[in-house]
Amino acid sequence: MAHILPPGTVAPDFTLPVTPDQNLSLSDLRGQPVVLAFYPADWSPVCGDQMALYNELHPEFQKYKAEVVGISVDCAWCHAAFAKDRHLHFPLLADFEPKGSVAKLYGAYREKEGCCERALFVIDEDGVIFWSYCSPVAVNPGADGILEAFENMKERRQNHGQVESSRRAS
Amino acid sequence: MAKLKVPVGQADHSLGDEQAPVTLVEYGDYECPHCGHAHPIIQAVRKHFGSQLRFVFRNFPLTQIHPHAEMAAEAAEFAAAKGRFWEMHDTIFENQTRLGMPWLAEAAGKLGLSSDELKTSVANHEFLQRIKDDFMSGVRSGVNGTPTFFINGERYEESWEFEDLVGAIEARLPKKTERRKVS
Repeated sequence: MAHILPPGTVAPDFTLPVTPDQNLSLSDLRGQPVVLAFYPADWSPVCGDQMALYNELHPEFQKYKAEVVGISVDCAWCHAAFAKDRHLHFPLLADFEPKGSVAKLYGAYREKEGCCERALFVIDEDGVIFWSYCSPVAVNPGADGILEAFENMKERRQNHGQVESSRRAS
Repeated sequence: MAKLKVPVGQADHSLGDEQAPVTLVEYGDYECPHCGHAHPIIQAVRKHFGSQLRFVFRNFPLTQIHPHAEMAAEAAEFAAAKGRFWEMHDTIFENQTRLGMPWLAEAAGKLGLSSDELKTSVANHEFLQRIKDDFMSGVRSGVNGTPTFFINGERYEESWEFEDLVGAIEARLPKKTERRKVS
């Protein structure tokens, strides 16, 4: 399994097609938590389940003002068809050309198969990786780790706020 | 091994003896074909173990891919409020391809419940919060699709075909010699 970027690392910025004629950059999402969900391919059954689960949890993720972004090496047209078929409410990015270049930046590329790992990154408001996890490629990692990361992030922010205000008070 | 984060309690739909040595929890979706496949297997497994097994069903509808899953769950919860959960649960799984409001209303009628009351309840999403609570409890426990099973609070990841599930449950029953000692 690949060595994915660990927590504490600044998440490398990138720009990828989100539709056949639009791009999205990670820096566009600065100021809110972001989940990068690398997955091997559109249409394969396990991925379908994973994306279906995140789709279902979209309202829950919004409670944390978080944006979920799926990334695979499929092209923007393929993503468009997949998203339409599954009624996905979040963007899918095409790490298509040069193939897998963003996945490689995150250590989430499978050279032998030529596809992304099933890797999750929760990135904080400042663009730093807060939590990351690489699942065995055939296993849908679920969402418990993501929700736990959001909560820990919120707690850290609150604690930090308390430290700041006690500093000001003294 | 993933654990069941919300323990089985009074609010759960449960079949069988509360004191049973093994509790099997299913997170399921009424429109999921795999859950439909699991349904008669669960019935056979329950019959096989009798009082040794308690079965609990929790809702995990993937509403974006299964357009009738949520209303079916709401109909089952409506029936539950009238003490008829398991009858509704069974008939829904036995008629998975017919789900939709007309059929659900008819099914309620056949159980002696009011079809109109059911329609109102579903339209007002009377029991939706409970279904969402089930769903989130599943997410917290690492449920990633359906059906997902937990045996005595531990995620069961192996095959749930009849013989495999029976084997897994048997392995968690107290040994026969120990049982003799207890009695």
